[in-house]
Amino acid sequence: MSGRYEIRFSGSGGQGLILAGVIFAEAATIYDKKNAVQSQSYGPEARGGASKSEVIISESVIDFPKATEIDLMLALTQEACFKYYKDIKPTGTLLVDEDFVKEVPKGAFKVVRLPVIRTASEEIGKAFVANIVALGAITAITKQVSIESVEKAVLSRVPKGTEDLNKKALMAGYDLARGREN
Amino acid sequence: MGKIKLLQGNEACAEGALYAGCTFFGGYPITPSTEVAEYMAKRLPQIGGAFLQMEDEIAAMAAVIGGALAGKKALTATSGPGFSLKQENIGFAALTEIPCVIVNVMRGGPSTGVPTGPGQSDIMQCRWGTHGDHPVICLTPAYVQEIFSETVRAFNLAEKYRTPVIIAFDEIVGHMRERIEIPDPGVLPVQDRTKPTCPPSEYLPYDESKGDVPPMANFFEGYRYHVTGLNHGSDGFPVNASPRIHTDELRLLRKVESNRADIVRFEEYLLEDAEVAVFAYGISGRSAKTAVEAARKAGIKAGLFRPLTIWPFPEAQVAALSARVKGIVVPELSLGQIILEVDRCAKGRCRIEGIYRVDGDPINPAQILAKVKEAN
Amino acid sequence: MAFQYDRYIRGGKLPHIWCPGCTYGIVFKSLLRVVDTLAISKDDIALVSGIGCASRLPGYVDFNTLHTTHGRALGFATGIKMARPDKHVMVVSGDGDATAIGGNHFIHACRRNIDITVLVFNNYIYGMTGGQYSPTTPSGHMASTMPYGNVDPSFNIPELAKGAGASFVARGTAYHAAGLDKLLIEAIRHKGLSVVEIINACPTTHGRRNKFKSPTDMLLWMKDTFMPVAAFEKLPPEKTAGKFPIGVLYRKEGLPEYCETYYGLVERLKRQREGRV
Repeated sequence: MSGRYEIRFSGSGGQGLILAGVIFAEAATIYDKKNAVQSQSYGPEARGGASKSEVIISESVIDFPKATEIDLMLALTQEACFKYYKDIKPTGTLLVDEDFVKEVPKGAFKVVRLPVIRTASEEIGKAFVANIVALGAITAITKQVSIESVEKAVLSRVPKGTEDLNKKALMAGYDLARGREN
Repeated sequence: MGKIKLLQGNEACAEGALYAGCTFFGGYPITPSTEVAEYMAKRLPQIGGAFLQMEDEIAAMAAVIGGALAGKKALTATSGPGFSLKQENIGFAALTEIPCVIVNVMRGGPSTGVPTGPGQSDIMQCRWGTHGDHPVICLTPAYVQEIFSETVRAFNLAEKYRTPVIIAFDEIVGHMRERIEIPDPGVLPVQDRTKPTCPPSEYLPYDESKGDVPPMANFFEGYRYHVTGLNHGSDGFPVNASPRIHTDELRLLRKVESNRADIVRFEEYLLEDAEVAVFAYGISGRSAKTAVEAARKAGIKAGLFRPLTIWPFPEAQVAALSARVKGIVVPELSLGQIILEVDRCAKGRCRIEGIYRVDGDPINPAQILAKVKEAN
Repeated sequence: MAFQYDRYIRGGKLPHIWCPGCTYGIVFKSLLRVVDTLAISKDDIALVSGIGCASRLPGYVDFNTLHTTHGRALGFATGIKMARPDKHVMVVSGDGDATAIGGNHFIHACRRNIDITVLVFNNYIYGMTGGQYSPTTPSGHMASTMPYGNVDPSFNIPELAKGAGASFVARGTAYHAAGLDKLLIEAIRHKGLSVVEIINACPTTHGRRNKFKSPTDMLLWMKDTFMPVAAFEKLPPEKTAGKFPIGVLYRKEGLPEYCETYYGLVERLKRQREGRV
């Protein structure tokens, strides 16, 4: 499974993490011509409570589609952080929202704390773009997909009239995380 | 070059149906297959097709058969409990030889089970779910691209053999998104039912002298005929306690059995020199592929047999495989169903080892690798 | 000249399966006369049925005919109508087929107001299986599965249809055969879902158990029990007990028909795509 990179987006239902996963996978497959698989929580948990979305990126064909050795996990809530962190591999990274995840589980993995939600609500002025801020940060940290491709994928998915807002959010997240890479 | 998209398996299934010329969908909401209906609800009105959300699963299956008899290529999609409810009418389509395609996105069961988790425990129901002897074609794609192409094939087989075709995949491949290339029209073959060319007065809808698959007239095209779920004669009218019933039911089975070369499709991976084989389909087939690659790295000569047609079962292939390997490992998300078929075909020629799991998670490559090492 | 039924009956398919004294033959002939009066091409009719004695009727007539599973005729018919909204789709069903096992499909077809004509042959019993009580068996009546008299309350089929949204509801009887022709003509002409309950007699499994001395007795019972709706409505309330109206009981024109609404949507999307909004 060399060249395989596993990402888990977690938080609470409604934070747009499924969309973030889909956009990241589209950036990888459609624009960067890599292989990717995206999967997500279904049913009641997707509408509230802890929820997750996963993307696996690889140069070669992906057969087993579930994330089991996670390279990067994003947690935007305390509940999601503890519910889903266990599959992070020792050399992996846990990226948490520094305001909403106060307590971080112990592990060999690296921890990165960023003000994702605060950046969205204060710098961009719209809390609902936190998922796009996170996407920018993840792009910078993982280096799996080019920021240009992520930007194209974001613009193809967001509602008309919100393009500039989302572009700004993406770049704010990207800048926030640069220098904090693995 | 076709269109490149990132699609869910369920969405790719709907795209495959549209590619094959499907213009009729009848369904009922059920997890984890609902996205097929949602996609068709958006697309069919755009192309002038008919979309119906019926009052229940039974009516949905009935509407699909009605639509098909009136000349449409028709699709329904469901999961476990809904698949159980559809069974009587699936048998009706088999006996009356009305082509249609039924998607079963398998979840855990029995009963409500695990609606949001994968399962493979409907696989015997796909074969034997409706009462009575009947022909069945059931396809088991495992990748999003494959769901697309196998859905096109399902419609082709349904039309070609005048029979319902089931596509059975699982919640994981139904819900996950992968890159897919939707080919331009004309790239993949699309088959339509053979219509009669004789004058209506001479038409017999079940005329065995025309071969095992007699031409099919659509309703309202001048060939007024009778369709009944009772056993019937060449003219479609009921017969009672007649030798014809026996010979006609044999013909129905023969439509599938004598065309195995056309219907049975599978992938063989690293099997040429394999000493241990894994037999797996759907999500378990994907896990198995990773496991087989890991086994090869560990110096074990392992290979994968991955059926894309599970019914009719690839009997000859499994029999031949069993004669040249030490063991066959069968991972499945059930408590041991398809292994019974593998065992039946292997006839004791090699060891058969099952891996079973029904807790709503897939079988991991590591579990399969451990069993491959044991069987080696 | 006498009506030439042969033009509509499939050669070699008679005799029918119905028992001596069964009234289904009367309705059968009425339906053929009506199709002739309306001059509908045989090629343009799909006649769909489920399971039961009434459901055998399609086998005898020279239309596009479909004999399906128990209770599900309306599901199949809905599929046919949506695939070919330009054609006539009719359903023949029994009381058990339409309102017990097929009750859900019956109310939802009414709710959609899809342009299908539904003839419910109500003989108050499951005849084909040998006389078990149905959702219309009168209280106290004997049935093979109510050997001490029926304790199960019954449906009023026209009320059920009206309540569920059917836009044309009528009742006729096998005794009032001339009136039945008129009702069927109106029902088939009506755009939307039309239900015609047709009171029938099953001497073999219902009459014999319930003190009807002969099939004629059952027809005489129909004569005494059912009266034209106009006359029924003039009865003082104390005289309506045990009497039922026949004729068109409910009609609402101009309600949206399902296929028209759906294909109207298709047309609207097409116009939008072509920029002709």
